[in-house]
Amino acid sequence: MTQTVFAPWDDPNQKPLIRFQNVTKRFGEFVAIDNLTLDIFEKEFFALLGPSGCGKTTMMRMLAGFETVSDGRIELSGKDIGHVPPNKRAVNMMFQSYALFPHLSVWDNIAFGLRRDRKSKSEIDARVDEMLKLTRLEKFGRRKPHQISGGQRQRVALARSLAKAPKLLLLDEPLGALDKKLRQDTQFELMDIQESTGTTFVIVTHDQEEAMTVASRVAVMDEGRIIQVATPANIYEYPNSVYVADFIGDVNIIDATATPTGENTYALNWIDGQPPITAETKTTFSAGQQAHLAIRPEKIRISTERPDEAANALQGKVLDIAYLGNLSTYHVQLPGGQVIKAQTANTRRIARRDITWEDPVWISWSATAGVLLEH
Amino acid sequence: MRRFALIAVPYVWLLALFLVPFIIVFKISLSDLALAIPPYTPTMRDGIGDMFAAFDFENFVFLTEDDLYWKAYLSSLRIALISTFMTLLVGYPIAYGMAKAPDEWRATLMMLVILPFWTSFLIRVYAWMGILSNEGLLNQFLLWLGLINEPLVILNTNMAVYIGIIYTYLPFMILPIYAALDRLDESLNEAAEDLGCSRMQAFWLVTIPLSKNGIIAGSFLVFIPALGEFVIPSLLGGSGTLMIGKILWEEFFNNRDWPVASAVAVVLLLILVIPIVLFQRNQQKQAEAEQ
Repeated sequence: MTQTVFAPWDDPNQKPLIRFQNVTKRFGEFVAIDNLTLDIFEKEFFALLGPSGCGKTTMMRMLAGFETVSDGRIELSGKDIGHVPPNKRAVNMMFQSYALFPHLSVWDNIAFGLRRDRKSKSEIDARVDEMLKLTRLEKFGRRKPHQISGGQRQRVALARSLAKAPKLLLLDEPLGALDKKLRQDTQFELMDIQESTGTTFVIVTHDQEEAMTVASRVAVMDEGRIIQVATPANIYEYPNSVYVADFIGDVNIIDATATPTGENTYALNWIDGQPPITAETKTTFSAGQQAHLAIRPEKIRISTERPDEAANALQGKVLDIAYLGNLSTYHVQLPGGQVIKAQTANTRRIARRDITWEDPVWISWSATAGVLLEH
Repeated sequence: MRRFALIAVPYVWLLALFLVPFIIVFKISLSDLALAIPPYTPTMRDGIGDMFAAFDFENFVFLTEDDLYWKAYLSSLRIALISTFMTLLVGYPIAYGMAKAPDEWRATLMMLVILPFWTSFLIRVYAWMGILSNEGLLNQFLLWLGLINEPLVILNTNMAVYIGIIYTYLPFMILPIYAALDRLDESLNEAAEDLGCSRMQAFWLVTIPLSKNGIIAGSFLVFIPALGEFVIPSLLGGSGTLMIGKILWEEFFNNRDWPVASAVAVVLLLILVIPIVLFQRNQQKQAEAEQ
């Protein structure tokens, strides 16, 4: 039995639900969104990820209709929505502050959008009850927003924005106000709800772990441009630039000059007095070209003895150990002064750990462990 | 002990500045007019026992017999209600504009609202006489524009009283509403629009209900002093303007009838206490319902 993978972005016949075409947004002199083109497909859980000020919130507000487009067009199901006001769009938004109406009960908050559509009373009742059930808030319908907890408020906001069954749901930092444990639980809840309702979700976040957990695809943004759009795994394993590699997770970046040594293999001269690093890549580099090797700490092995079969092995001493409980990150200083991070899973009890501060160690990795990047 | 002292401060304050004067006024309202200093009898000099024996409610009965008084009360109520409503109509948009203004403008706008207080209230009312009179600035301007052929009679009518009250008490309406609107999260309006409201619907369904407390507070701050207002009706109003504050002044200073004037004042206070108590009850109920 073959399982069909959900990947409409790889299918050229699929029509995107949302299409940004050369969209530019200026606030006075400031360019918030710079000639951006992007397709988002139906039933996707799409994450816009970037540091604050990168334009991700502006993109969301343009989708909701709170900001107009300076140049280019935004299409929803093939129709230009550039000048459709927010109340006429089949798009709903969950606000970062939740924006629950404090003078209305939870029930009335959820019914608010349905009432605007002049639905019959029985229809509204049924839909609100359905939403309360979906978000497990049945007991809280009569309460006012200030009488429930932060996590419950978050669910009310979600229920309210889903009540009108929008084509597209926008979530602006939906979990930002929750503590870490609750946030993790809620991430899975969000994914379940997204799957069961079949609604397209676009989430804005600055938390890369959150984006990786919930999203089907992640767009990494910087200064109004999209740097890379890919699935979480591809973003992590095959970043297209040092910026993305550095933004997502922990990484060692080694700057070097590339020398081709065979088909797809390169010798990287990175510092005087150290043997060149061997790396494999499909990208072509000319002899003497600048290259950056991005290698994740968990792909680097650390050992007390020189490993026998490793494409790259370097000796150094342990400068620092970050103990994270399940993992430990070792900061290994090489004779030249560079520090390389290596990570291992703590499968043994800490008392039996055989590497400690100031120990001479070997770090090693294979030729395919890292990604060789042009910029 | 310290807690007691802390609570005692407002109570002593109320006792000294509200209850004691009220008791004195109430006592005078129970006495009779006399050609003496002070101009009423009985007083403490007659002995406490005799004084209490001579007290009666004659003056209050008199208030019900002469229809001038209840007409004045009703007319004051009407004028106070209408002018409070009109102050709300003028004040709300100003407060709204201030709350929506860019941050760097707010302090200046607030200053402009408060600025008139720096001039004497009397001078400002006299200035309105200059504006509203037949040869006043307003009529001159309208004549010059050609909108009217002969001057409008505004001064010495109820219209002038309304204008005077609105102008004078506008800041008391603006400030509490501004405070309520300022706290309002802009994303609430965006959420309302996002859920299908037009701008106007969002205003009625979100902004107005959430500024309700400011509206109520502002309305009371205008209604209560407007009800007993005396300077504005005497300077801007005409002979047809009947307001209890004016009657009170006349009883006190023209007729020198302190007992009747005191009775008028006590009844006025009772009229004011009723809405205040109702308002507070309502607030309390709301607070209880929210818990």
